[in-house]
Formats: sequence, C-alpha cells, structure tokens
Amino acid sequence: MIVYLLCLVLFCLGLYCILRKRNIIKIIVGVMIAEYAVNLFFILTGYRMRGRSPIFSPDVDITNMVDPLPQALVLTAIVIGLATTALLVAIAMRIYEKYGTFDITKIRELRG
Amino acid sequence: MITASNIIPLFVAIPLAGAFLISLLGKRIKRLPDVLGVSVALILCGLSLLSVRLYSIYGILTYSVGAWKLPIGIGMVLDGLTSFMLVTINLIAFCIVVYSVNYMERYTAKWSFYTLFFLMVGGMNGVVITGDMFNLFVLLEIAAVASYALVAFGTDRHELEAAFKYAIMSTVGSLFILLGIALLYSYTSTLNMADMANILAQKGTGNITLMVSVLFLMGFGLKAALVPFHAWLPDAHPSAPAPISAMLSGVLIKALGIYALCRIFYNVIGLSPTLSSVLMFLGTLSMVVGVLLAIGQWDLKRLLAYHSISQIGYVVLGIGLGTPLGILGGLFHLFNHSVFKSLLFLNSGAVEYSTGTRDLQKMGGLTSRMPVTGTTNLVASMSISGIPPFNGFWSKLIIIIAVVQAGRFGYAFWAVLASLLTLASFMKVMKYAFFGELRENLSRIREAPLFMKLSMGALAFLCVVGGLLLLPGVKEVFLQRATDVLLEGTEYAVIVLKGIK
Repeated sequence: MIVYLLCLVLFCLGLYCILRKRNIIKIIVGVMIAEYAVNLFFILTGYRMRGRSPIFSPDVDITNMVDPLPQALVLTAIVIGLATTALLVAIAMRIYEKYGTFDITKIRELRG
Repeated sequence: MITASNIIPLFVAIPLAGAFLISLLGKRIKRLPDVLGVSVALILCGLSLLSVRLYSIYGILTYSVGAWKLPIGIGMVLDGLTSFMLVTINLIAFCIVVYSVNYMERYTAKWSFYTLFFLMVGGMNGVVITGDMFNLFVLLEIAAVASYALVAFGTDRHELEAAFKYAIMSTVGSLFILLGIALLYSYTSTLNMADMANILAQKGTGNITLMVSVLFLMGFGLKAALVPFHAWLPDAHPSAPAPISAMLSGVLIKALGIYALCRIFYNVIGLSPTLSSVLMFLGTLSMVVGVLLAIGQWDLKRLLAYHSISQIGYVVLGIGLGTPLGILGGLFHLFNHSVFKSLLFLNSGAVEYSTGTRDLQKMGGLTSRMPVTGTTNLVASMSISGIPPFNGFWSKLIIIIAVVQAGRFGYAFWAVLASLLTLASFMKVMKYAFFGELRENLSRIREAPLFMKLSMGALAFLCVVGGLLLLPGVKEVFLQRATDVLLEGTEYAVIVLKGIK
C-alpha cells in the first residue's frame, strides 16, 4: 500500500512543479517526474508479491509470475515521453534564443 | 469478408507511409511534397467514403493487427461512428492540403510541414479506428506531438510561447488519460475496448469507474478544450500557420477529445445520469464563456479560436443529453463545425496572405478586392451563426429541439443566447473586415492564388449543401449509423465480440 501512496506523492510533486515553478526547464523536469510516477504506478499494477520474471519455459510451472503486459506498455509510454521531452527541450531552447530568458513571468506576450 | 476488413489498417498505414516518403525524398525533389501530399490526401478521402459503403454492406468490420487472436491482440474496429469520423477527418484534411500548396510557399521547409501534417492525420485516423485502449493512447500521442511541432512551425516568439504552453497542458492531459487506462487495466485485466466493456458490465461499476471517469473527463476535456481546461486553445490555434489552425480547430480537438470521450463514456464505461449532467453543464459553460470571450477580440484568428470553444460546447451539450435526437444533433454539429470553422480559418489565412495583418481594425472593404474570400467568409459566418439555409442552422436547431424535448429549458435558453452572440460577433467581423470602405493602403492587394480559392470554394459548397445530410435516405447512411453506435451503449461489446467470432 505504501508504494502506491509514494507513487501518488511523486505524481503530486510533479504537478506542483509544473504549476508553481517559474523556470521553463524546471517545468519540463516536473512533466518528467509526473510521467515517471504514472509509469511506476502502471508497473506496480502488474506486480505480485515474490513473483518471478515472466519468462515461459517448459520445465518451470507458470504460477506466481508478475504481469508482463504493463511492462511492455510502459516501455512504449517511456518512448513517447522521451519524444515529448525532446520536443519540449527543443522549444525551450528556441524560446531562450528569442526572449533571452527562461522565466515564464517574462515570457508572457499572449494572454490566454 | 476477409478482403473488406483489410481496408482498416490502410487508414493509419497510408498517411504514415506518405509522411515517411515525403521526409525521405521531399528535400531533393522540388514539387514532390505537393504532388505526393495531395494524392495521399485524395486516396484517404476516397477510402473513407468507401468505408461508409463497406459498413452498409458488411456491417461492423474488425481487423486484428499481426493476426493475434482478438481479445488478446490489438484490434481495429470499423463501425458507423468510426466511418463518420473518418469521413470528417479526411475530407477536411484533403481541402487543407490543397490550400497549403499555395499558402505554405511562404515557409522554407515545406516538406517538413507535410511530414508532420500526415503524422497528425495518421494519428487521428488511428485514434478513431482503434479498438484497443492503450493503442488509443499511443496514437493520440502521435497526433498530439505532431501538433505541438506544427504550432511552433513558424518559430516566431508567439508561436514558440503558444506551443510550449499547449505542449505542457496537453502532456498533463495525456498523463491523466494514461493513469485512467492503468486503473481500468488493473480492474478488468484487458485492454480491448469491447472486452473491457463486457467485463465492466459483469463486475459492476463502483468507485473505480467513477475515478476513471473523472480522470478521462480531465484528460480528454483538456484535449477538447472544454471550458475549465481551455486556456491553451486561444493561444495555440491563432499562432499556428492558417492551414494548421484550420486542422487543429476543425478536426484535432474533435478526434482526440470529443470522439474519445464519446467512445469511452458511451460504449465502454456506460453513461450514468451524473456523467450526462456533468457533460451538459460543461458544454453549456463552454458555449457561453467561449462566445463571451470571443466577442471582444480584435485579432481575427483569436476570435475564431474562442468560437471553437463555444461551438464545441454545442457538440458536448447535444451528445451529453443522451437522447437519440440530441446525439444526432451533436454529431451533425461536429461535422458542420469542422467544415465551417476550417473554412473560416482558411479565410483568415487568405486575408493574412494578402494584407499581412490579422487585426480587424486595420482591414475594411476587402470583398471588393478579394471576392472569393469575401463570399466564402460570408457563407461560413452565416453558417456558424445559424442562418437558415446553411448547415449550422440545422444542427443547432436539432440540438435546441432535443434540449427542449428533454425538458431542460435553461440549457435551451443559453444555447439560443450563445447563438445570437455568435451572430453579433460575426457581424462585427464582416463589417470591419469585408464590408465598408476600402482603405488606402489596401487598395492594391490581390486575391489569394488558385489552389487556396479552390479549397475555400469546396468548403463553402459543403456549407451550403450540408443541410442535405438530413434528407431521408442520406441521413440513414451517414448520420443515423453513427448515432446508433452511441445509442447502443455498452451493447457495443456484444456486437463487436460477435463480429470477432
């Protein structure tokens, strides 16, 4: 149970970072933290107490394995996260070239 | 049967292959991106019309990716709602590609524009056609990441700022969606939507489905720009190049937001009365807030972006109502909105192309110099504000009748009021930009080039004849089938699983 709570704490930490930080790079780090919290949660849903790795072989019985599907899915989610982060960092670099700052209170020409 | 369902993966494969080829060869051969882009879009458009025909012959079609058996492997499902959305997406995408042939000349890297564009189209087609929860997330992210890059395409100050804001908010939305999928998977131990609906129906709904509904409402609400989550849209949509604004406002928010919401809430989780009233409330709120914010804008594209929020409100109100007439009206308005809103954005692009400004106060009398843009803009303005012969009138009328029939007079009042305010704000656009005296400095502007005129003309034609979709005989084939899919609710599981076996 405690792992799930820690996972939630990590997610909230990421969201706090996105909402409260003023530096663009810190916001990107916040996105990554929140993303990893979700990935971790997804992995945990497939975990079993003292489960063994999900490799099928004829001589071992297949009781008490961890669920392999979330691991495959999280692998995909990590790759997507990587692409998003790369794009975000690229945009942040361009913003720094144009505005000369990473502070979002100074990059506020659009009103929303 | 086997040959018919082989059409399904093509909707994802063709745009991805097009994107790959354009990025590979487009740099070296000068005209290739245009030719390849237009032909890929044309093929997709034809295939989507064919899918409507196939559905009426064979009924529901399923395809299993990599020939894994279906409740376990990734499935793709073609039903009435899917083919309806496919026609909407690919028709608008085709018109926009034709428009971009001329418009995108201003930018240097045309081939990278087409690459990103077809990635986005492939992602959207995939979201619509997939029958698998996690696959939906992956394809949604493909479309979303391509759209962040497209918003930043001009790499101007404002475009970068808008793209960053959009990317951050949309990524957070995706995280909520992923969390929802993780919870659903741990509860049902399956990812296939039909199988999931089946198991949810057996296990019954409880706190976990409530939690999942809230997560999906936040996630897809962010993608669809419903009002509490709308802050990114009025920045991102005006900043992008005009064809992209048209694509984002016209199709992307619907395919990623509205379609996914409908599919999951109606067909997988099942619509509860609470959820329905939440959707109706959010719809009405978006409708009114969007139009109130729009009316004071002087930047043409920003005004249009706020109207997107408002019109999405109508769609959500209609669909959230849950009665057959309401859903029909909502889906019809979805189609109409994608036609007239992309036309309006293309017009604003043409105005910007010729005059170089987006500020309404610096325009005036443009109809005399730009007759095609002026006329098509008049048609689109009348359709968005609901003037009788045009398509927007019929869908708004159906939604309002449905709301009154359900006895929700308060919502009907707000819908009528929002429609009147829309009319007022488009009268302002027409008065300041297109009618009146031609300004001195604008006296030598020229009409937009040929392909831009062609595409705007085609969309205006769709606005005029859009109402004909309600004719008996046409309605049954196109709109009614899509409505039926939503009406069948969680029966969807039984129907799809029967199709598998």
